[in-house]
This record gives sequence, C-alpha cells and structure tokens, in this order.
Amino acid sequence: MSAKLQEIQNLLAQIGRPVQLMEVCGTHTMAIFRTGLRSLMPPSLRLLSGPGCPVCVTHDSFLEHALAIATQPNTLVATFGDMLRVPGRSGSLEAARAKGANVQVVYSPLDALAMARQHPDLRVVFLGIGFETTAPTTAGALVAAARDGVKNFSVLSAHKTMPNALSALLTSGEVKIDGFLMPGHVSVITGTSIYEPVARIFKRPAVVTGFEAGEILAGVEMTLRMIAEGRAEVGNAYAHTVTAEGNVKARALLAEVFEPCDDAWRGLGVIPGSGLKIRAAFAAHDAARHFPAPKVDVPETSRGCRCGDVLRGAITPPQCPLFRNVCTPWSPQGACMVSGEGTCAAYFRFS
Amino acid sequence: MCLAIPAKVLTVNGQEALITVQGVQRTANLMLLEETVAPGDYVLLHAGFAIRKWTAAEAQEQELLLAEVGYTHRD
Ligand code: SF4
Repeated sequence: MSAKLQEIQNLLAQIGRPVQLMEVCGTHTMAIFRTGLRSLMPPSLRLLSGPGCPVCVTHDSFLEHALAIATQPNTLVATFGDMLRVPGRSGSLEAARAKGANVQVVYSPLDALAMARQHPDLRVVFLGIGFETTAPTTAGALVAAARDGVKNFSVLSAHKTMPNALSALLTSGEVKIDGFLMPGHVSVITGTSIYEPVARIFKRPAVVTGFEAGEILAGVEMTLRMIAEGRAEVGNAYAHTVTAEGNVKARALLAEVFEPCDDAWRGLGVIPGSGLKIRAAFAAHDAARHFPAPKVDVPETSRGCRCGDVLRGAITPPQCPLFRNVCTPWSPQGACMVSGEGTCAAYFRFS
Repeated sequence: MCLAIPAKVLTVNGQEALITVQGVQRTANLMLLEETVAPGDYVLLHAGFAIRKWTAAEAQEQELLLAEVGYTHRD
C-alpha cells in the first residue's frame, strides 16, 4: 500500500498542480472513509463525492408525487428503505405511514409485484429509483406484470442514467474535476463504454475501480498517470472482468421498457436525457399516467439543507451550517444524511 | 442501494433460483442473467435479480469487502 501511495505522490509531483478527482458512487465515498484513505491522501489531491447516491439525487417533486399517491385510498406504496425517511416539503413517507398511509419497504421490485398479486383490491405503486444497475430490475418487474396482466401494479419512475449528469457537471464548470472514479459492480451492468463521452468529449479520465483499499488506490494511481501523461481514457482498475458492453441482456430489457427523458435531479436541476420514463407500450403500469402529479412548485432550498451543493461537489458536508448540530442520522434534514450512501452520512460517521 | 452482493445458488427452477445470501435464503430472478447457473454456483445479486455469474473466489473476496465497508443486506 505504501508503494502505491509513494507512486501517487510521485505522479502528483509530476503533474505539478492540485488535482481533484470525483468518486461518483456513494458506496465509494463510504469505502474511502472506512478504509482511512481520505486522510492518507496528499494535500494536493482532493477526492470529491459525486451525485451517485440514488436516494440523494431524487428530486423533491418526485417525493411529493409519491406522497400524494400514498395518501389516496386503496393504494400501497412500495419503496426501498432508504427513501422512507427523506424529508420532503410535506413530510416524509415514514410520517405519512404513521398517519395511516400504506407504505411498505421492499428489497426488490418483484416484492412489490408480489404484493400486487396478493392484494388485487389495492393499487400497488413501486417507487423506481436508482441508476443503470437498478433500472433493469424494475424493467423486469414491469415485463412480468404486463405478461401476467397484473393490472393493479404500476411504477413511478425516477430512474436515472449517469453519463448526462456527469456531462452537466463538467459543462457547468462550477467545480473543477480532473478525473472520475467509477464503481466496479455498476459497470458490470453498464459496461465501460458509457464512460467514453466523459473521456472523449470532456477529456477527463474515467477509471473503474472496486471498494477495497488496494483497488481504490490502484484506481487513483491509474487516473493520475493518465493526467500526468495527458491521456483521457476509460480505464479498469477493478479486479474483475468488466466488458465494454456490460450485461447486454439487462441493457436490452431496460431499453424495451424505458426511454430517455429530461429529468430533475436534486442539486443539478433538469438535465436533458438523464431520466428514464416508461414507454407507451407499458402505459398501463406507469403510475405517472394514473396519478396526476401534485401542482406544487417545490423550492429546493427549504429548511436550509445544502444537499444540492454537496451533490455537485461544491461544498463538503461540514460546510453546511446544519451538519452535525441540527442534522444527524437520527434527525436527518436532507436526503444526503438519510441514505447510508449519502455523503453527509459518510462524513458524519467517519470525520 | 446499488450495491450488488454475492449469493450461492441452491436450486434452479426455470427463471428462478433459490439462493443463500449472508446465511439467509431468498429467491433470485434469473431473467437478467446472461450465463446459465447450476446449484453450487455463485451469482451477483441486485434488488432480487441475479445480474452476473461470479466465481467462488470472487464471491468470497466480495463478502470480505462488504464486511469491510460495513455493509449489511438491507436493500
Ligand atoms: S448536513 Fe444535513 S442539512 Fe446539511 S446538506 Fe447534509 S443532509 Fe442537508
């Protein structure tokens, strides 16, 4: 490990200016803290956390929509657990549940589908959040629902794709990002080719890496070497095989069920082509078509939470005035403190 | 949430497999899997779906890493 650290020092000296790398995935943020790497990095290297925590980037307006559905009669809203405590403008799903709304935590969209089969009298709505790894699983549940005619099952989709969000970050130029660390297992599905635009158009290296200290260091080293040599390429420092095209079957299923749409991200605003909406062929199972969105213009910076700035890498959590004194995992004021993969939760636990 | 976890296949029944993940038995959907699996094989599991076949060595290594990052199977 110390040899790698030495090499990182050498490369930084060769580059001769401060370098900022963004780890896109929330699980990486956690792993970098947990392994103590953040404190080992030389001062001229900064690691920024990116917009890779699915719950965190989910926009308030989606949560309002979900809450509006949950409070309708004869509905059951099924969600991944992390979503439950996210504070929205009109409360959280957990608070709605305490007031009698039927909100259930599931591990898989298939669990939600099973609930729909079990309760034909209820309209079961699954909250589809997550990126390219999770969206195919929602697609799988939708295909099964359509095949078996499970009419009372639908999905409210906030699924998103990462490449356009990274492009938006780079285009805005607000935060200087010299290169990206990409999560290994996500790349198993997506393949490495989805990072090509970042490398080709924006001339930034993007390196796929795992979650172990050695792998993360290897990823950092590979990225720095590219910067030092003036190369912007997609690299793989992950110990396992990640192919360029990823899991073709999963990607095909995703394309069968979803089509790209403009989508709102917390902190990043509306990004063209960054969302996944359910295709017309699956309209019968698209909750957005059955339940009108509530007409509220949700101001993002209510409650003083600075999640948006955190998600862009513009500030680190300790720079948020609410961090630690008002906002804690037990009394989260924003999504980035709720989710186990949130940057604020990681800083709270480890710094 | 987007973490994928290794699971061991116990039985295969068409599009579904019975698996154990961190000592707990669950079913995994095989619809997204490109490879075929048999009892004893490992798969990478995400949100109820097997997304890739995994070697035993990879699975063991991944379990250790998950323990290291403090991950428990929640969602
Ligand atoms: S510390 Fe809390 S209030 Fe501040 S940005 Fe993070 S989640 Fe929001």
